[in-house]
Order: sequence, then structure tokens, then C-alpha cells
Amino acid sequence: MNVDLGKVDKLIDKYRDEEAAYIPLLQDINSEFRYLPRDALKRVSQKMEVPLSHLFRLATFYKSFSLVPRGEHEIQVCMGTACHVRGAPRVLNKITQQFQIYPGETTADQKFTVETVNCVGACALGPLVVFDGKYFGHLNLSRTDKLLEGYHEENKKSS
Amino acid sequence: MKKIKSPAELEKLRETLVSQNNTDKPWVTICCGTGCSASGALDVVSSFEKAIKEKNLDIDITTKVTGCHGFCEQGPLVVINPGNIFYCKVKYEDVEEIIKETLLEKKLIDRLLYVDPLSQEKVKTEDEVTFYKKQLRLLLGNNGMIDPTDLYDYLGIGGYGALNKVLQEMTPRQVIEEIKNSGLRGRGGAGFPTGIKWESSYKAEGDLKYVICNADEGDPGCFQDRSILEGNPHSVLEGMIIGAYAVDSGQGYIYVRNEYPLAVKNFSTAIEKARDYGLLGENILGSSFSFDVKICRGGGAFVCGESSALIASIEGKAGEPRDKYIHATEKGLHDKPTVLNNVKTWATVPLIIEKSAEWFSNIGTEKSKGTMIFSLTGKVNNTGLVEVPMGITLKELVFEIGGGIPGGKNIKAVQTGGPSGGCIPEKLLDLPLDYEKLIEAGSMMGSGGMIVMDENTCVVDLARYFLSFTQDESCGKCIPCREGGKQMLSILNNITQGKGQEKDLDLIREIASVMKDGSLCALGTMAPNPVLTTLQYFPDEYLAHIRDKKCPAGVCQALIEYFIDQEACNGCGRCLKVCPSEAITGHKEEPHELDQDKCIKCGACTEVCRHEAILVK
Repeated sequence: MNVDLGKVDKLIDKYRDEEAAYIPLLQDINSEFRYLPRDALKRVSQKMEVPLSHLFRLATFYKSFSLVPRGEHEIQVCMGTACHVRGAPRVLNKITQQFQIYPGETTADQKFTVETVNCVGACALGPLVVFDGKYFGHLNLSRTDKLLEGYHEENKKSS
Repeated sequence: MKKIKSPAELEKLRETLVSQNNTDKPWVTICCGTGCSASGALDVVSSFEKAIKEKNLDIDITTKVTGCHGFCEQGPLVVINPGNIFYCKVKYEDVEEIIKETLLEKKLIDRLLYVDPLSQEKVKTEDEVTFYKKQLRLLLGNNGMIDPTDLYDYLGIGGYGALNKVLQEMTPRQVIEEIKNSGLRGRGGAGFPTGIKWESSYKAEGDLKYVICNADEGDPGCFQDRSILEGNPHSVLEGMIIGAYAVDSGQGYIYVRNEYPLAVKNFSTAIEKARDYGLLGENILGSSFSFDVKICRGGGAFVCGESSALIASIEGKAGEPRDKYIHATEKGLHDKPTVLNNVKTWATVPLIIEKSAEWFSNIGTEKSKGTMIFSLTGKVNNTGLVEVPMGITLKELVFEIGGGIPGGKNIKAVQTGGPSGGCIPEKLLDLPLDYEKLIEAGSMMGSGGMIVMDENTCVVDLARYFLSFTQDESCGKCIPCREGGKQMLSILNNITQGKGQEKDLDLIREIASVMKDGSLCALGTMAPNPVLTTLQYFPDEYLAHIRDKKCPAGVCQALIEYFIDQEACNGCGRCLKVCPSEAITGHKEEPHELDQDKCIKCGACTEVCRHEAILVK
């Protein structure tokens, strides 16, 4: 995959004067490209004079980084304790069955990534799902169905 | 905008602000914390703005978008002043009526009032809501009063008064003494006395020192730090500035979870505003003291809530803990003396300085002073943030403030302290909550998570859940945590799948003791707590899984079967429609049948059945 290194350079310039600001830099790259492209990491390694192995270590240690491209839409299923006791595992099962992927994976058409998160801090609404940054709470199986249905429709219209 | 150059100038500005605050003028506060926003509070705000703009009203109404009020269960919340009128579950379309009826004609709208779940009576004002009545909201109280992005609002309620006092009247030594005398202990969970921590950093040699605010709130089921940062960021910032003055630090950091975008945004705004007004940066309020704060966003690793891992993460490394024979107060960030405290600890500091150590030490129990914020969640009527004096009993917390258990079910246990804490059974509900008493019961204060469980929660499954969390989040550096957790989890998985043996329970205890003795940081030493406490208080439930291959709470999928009660089923067909595996058959208006071989135990039928005809055995 071709990566616009100009964008990477711009982000690098932002952190150049800061000491060891690798994590915020990788966070910015990750949100720009929706993952950490290999070429981008190589560029950071050269320009910031840091071993590629160190960047790889950070990329694999912290959960917010991904080394593979993520979907256009992100579905985060909250698996916090409050959601867990209110039935989050069922909701997760339903969603993964629907998309035919395991948590952490992306659909083949690169449209959806489903992942689990440990508490988004909206426990009163549990079980809940964060769909592209928007919260959908008090889910049960039929409401989950409805939620996904809506997005499928939207998806069809846009494509 | 002009920088404030002296404490006197700050006082003058505050006086002007207070005199401008005309309390007769109606003002509406709308809670826009994460919980209420997710329930549609932002729509309510835009509806107010639109209505006020479009309808040339004869009265001047101020709307205020505030941080979390704490009562997330009833969101979106709207409070109307003067009068302290409390409306809950407000929707976009209610706004017009609120303006017309309540603001213009001073009448109450019955359907928006809160109904007390115990007395079934309607409550008119925020102060009268039982959820708030028993609380002592020192840290959270102002969340509902101020717009977190407006520095003037914080100044108007006395904000930065403590900083003023410190710069004018107190030496660093005196500040440390005051904090020591107050008895404040770290609110991150371990409960180390804050004043002593500051003192050792004060005494440590070095011209460069750091202060850090730990806002990497990773415990599932905890959101108090987030609410303070979102709703009242200046209180945390003021505490950090005072702490920096006390230990003579010039640079501070706040390490916030990246999953908390609103907290990051509001805290960044607070930093910028404070800098603009000369409350942060070079020569604070015209004094010789300079200090600045930087934000570090976390990378989504739970272990980074541990102090030495957090420091490593700020240094641009992988967040792995180190052994702490040398304390961070002597060699912390970049090997310089560092004071690291939790959000709530920092936010408490200005209160102590302002109102005195004596006032603070009168709240709470002998060894645990002040208030603690709990995230009350799980199977409880009033989910939300609760701030209470230390020493309150679990019973008061769950039944009086929390309003009891939904659906008339019985309480089984309460999990305190998140994944590192323990499970406290019903028989110990009279336990007063303080640092020592919780440890005696096998749990801990932790960051204040409090998850209520009813009879339908399986404690074995819960222990498995917590362990799978800590095992997943283990950084892998030390063997007891990495391998011990893995083995213990596999044993628990076996038990919940009906493949457990009685000797497994001894093995669990053995592994737990090694993890407790040998792990490098608290993540590993505390990880066995949920397993050990459930094993201690609910041995019969473990044995039911092992001997009888049954899950009494009806949770563990491999050990339960669904049945249709032929008497109760009226053949409405709802379950038949939702069953994804076509396991349910039957004719309309005749009792249905469930085929065990086809059933995948997803539970979809229980959700839709209105006649309680689906039984779990």
C-alpha cells in the first residue's frame, strides 16, 4: 500500500523538538492512516534517529496501535464489568456473528472493525457499543439487530 | 487578554465576577458528561439554544453546559435555577415546554420530575433526590455549577483562591505540613499518605523535579477521574500547581487515557486558559514561582496506571513497571524526584488549603480522612457517581443512595476496587468503607469501582472475567503474573465449562500465593483477589460447578439448559421468531417446544418472553 510520506513528515515535524515523543507521534500517525504503515515507521526511525525495533516494540505493546489497516467504521463493544454483568457477552456474540469476524478483526471489504474495550465509563447505559464514536446504550439482542440493520442500510445507500 | 500579575488582581477580578452573577436571572444547567451525552444531552442543549434564539423571549435565560452531575441513570439531567428544579430523562422535544411552563410561568412539569424508586413519590428539587441527599459532594459538587471550559465560572465559585493563599501566606514547608496534618491519602487505591510523599520529594536533592497527575483510569466500571477532568479540570490543575510549589517543581505532566477524548479536550482548554491568565507558566501571579503542565495521552495499556509503568510511558518507552526499591519521589521521571498522585488526590488539595487541615481531618474515619468517590454500577437502581465520607457502610451506599436492586431481586455481593479488589458478600454489607476495613475483608479501596451483583450473577464467572482482564493486561515482564495468571485462568475456564476438579481449588490457592509474593507490581499481586474472595465467601458455588456441573446463577453457558414452561407459555411466538438456530417450534396460541440439540444458549428467547415462560436450569 502506498503511504503519503509527506503527511508522515508533517507529523514528525510537530514532535521533532520534543524529547522522546514517540508515543504521541505514533498516535497521530495511527489516527491519520487508521494503522501504522511499515513505511511510516521506517520514516520515523530515520528522521527521529530511533531504532525501528523500539518503534515496533511500542506498536505492539500499546493497544491503541494497529499494524494492519483498520476498517472505515469502528465498532467498540464495551466489556467493562458493569456491561459484563448486564449481558455484554451476548451482544458481542451477536455482532461478531453478524460480521463473521473475531473481535479485533476487520471485515474483508475494509468497512468494519469490531473490537472489545474495557469500559468506556458510561456504565449507566450498559451494555453499550460505541459505533464510530457515538454511544448506543441499553442494548439487548433485538436492539443490537436494529442498530446493525440501520448501518447496513446506510452502507448500501452510500456504496 | 491581560495576565493577572498579582494575588490582589486575582481577588479583584473575582469580586467583579461575583457581583456580575445576578442570581435572580434564570439559568439552566444541562449535564453533558459522557453518560448524559450518550443519552442525548447534546440534542437538549441545541434545542435550548434554538428555542432561545428563535422565539424572542421576554426573559433572559442563561444555559450552562456542565460536566457530570453523577446521576447517570436518569440522564439527560436538567437543573433550573433559581429554585433548583430537577428534571430527568429530558428529551429534545421537552425543551419548548420547559421554557414555556417552568421558566415563563413558573409551573412544574410533572412527567419530567424524578420518581423515588422506594417511596414512589415525585421529587421537585435536586437537593431532595435521595441519591444526592446522603452524599457529601466536595469534589463533585461543583460539576453541576460550572461550565468546565469557562475559567471565570471556576473563579466565581472561589477557584484559585487556594493558590492565592499559598503564594501569599505559605512557605512550601507549611503547605506540606498542612497536607500531612489533613491525613489525606492517595486516592488511586493504595492509600499512601500524600503529605509524606511530598515531603520525601521535597527533601530529595536535585534542581529539576516533576509532578505527575495519574489519569490513566483503566479499571472497568470506574469513571470518577474522567468526570472530574471533564467537569472541573481547573480543580485538578490548581492542586497540581500547589503541589509543584510545595516540592519546587517546574514541570508537570498529566497522563490521560486516550479513550477519554472529552477529558483531554477540557483539560487542554483549562491549561491554555490558565496560561493566558498567568495562573500557569512563567512567574505565576507575579511571583517568582514558574510551573507548566503537559498532557500525555495513554496508549491503552492498563498497566500504565501503575506509577513506574506510567513514568516509563511518558519517557517514550513501553509501559513496563520496575522494582521500586528506589522510590519515584527520589528517582522518578528521567531519574529526577517525582511526585505522582491520582486525579482525586490533586483535586482535594485546594479544598484542604482553603478550608484547613483540621476541617478535612474531621471528615471520615480514624485513619481514612475525607471523602471517596465510588462509581456505583451493575445491578443497582441508581447507577452513577457517589461521593461519600469515608466510613459509610456498604448497605447505606447500595440501598439508600443506590436505591436498591432492580426488579425486586436479592443482592448477592459487591465487588469493590475493580479487577484488583475483592468480592464482598451480602453478610458483610455493614462493613464501613475505609482503606483498612476493605483490606481486612480481602478487597481494597482501589480507584473506587463498586459493582453490585444480584442473584443472577455467577461469582465464578465474575472471577474468571476479572482474571481474563488482568491476564490480558499483564505486561509480561515478570513470570508470576504472566504465567500464574494464565494458568489460573485456564483452571477457571475449565470450571465454568464443567471440566473442573476439586483439587483445582487447592491449586488456585497455591498459584495465588506465588503471584502475591513474587509479582513485580500491584497488577500481579492483586490479580488473584477476585478469585480468592469469591472462593472464600462462595465455596458452595464453586463446588456446584465442579461436583454437580451446575451454574446456580444460570450464567455459565456450558452448564445451563433453557426450557419452556408449558404452563406459562401462551404460544405468542415471540421466542420462535428471535431464535437464531430454529430450536423453538410450535403453533400459535399453543405452548412451544425447545429442542436442546439445536439450542445454542444465546438467551435471545429470555429477553423477549413476556410471560416468564423461559426457564434456565
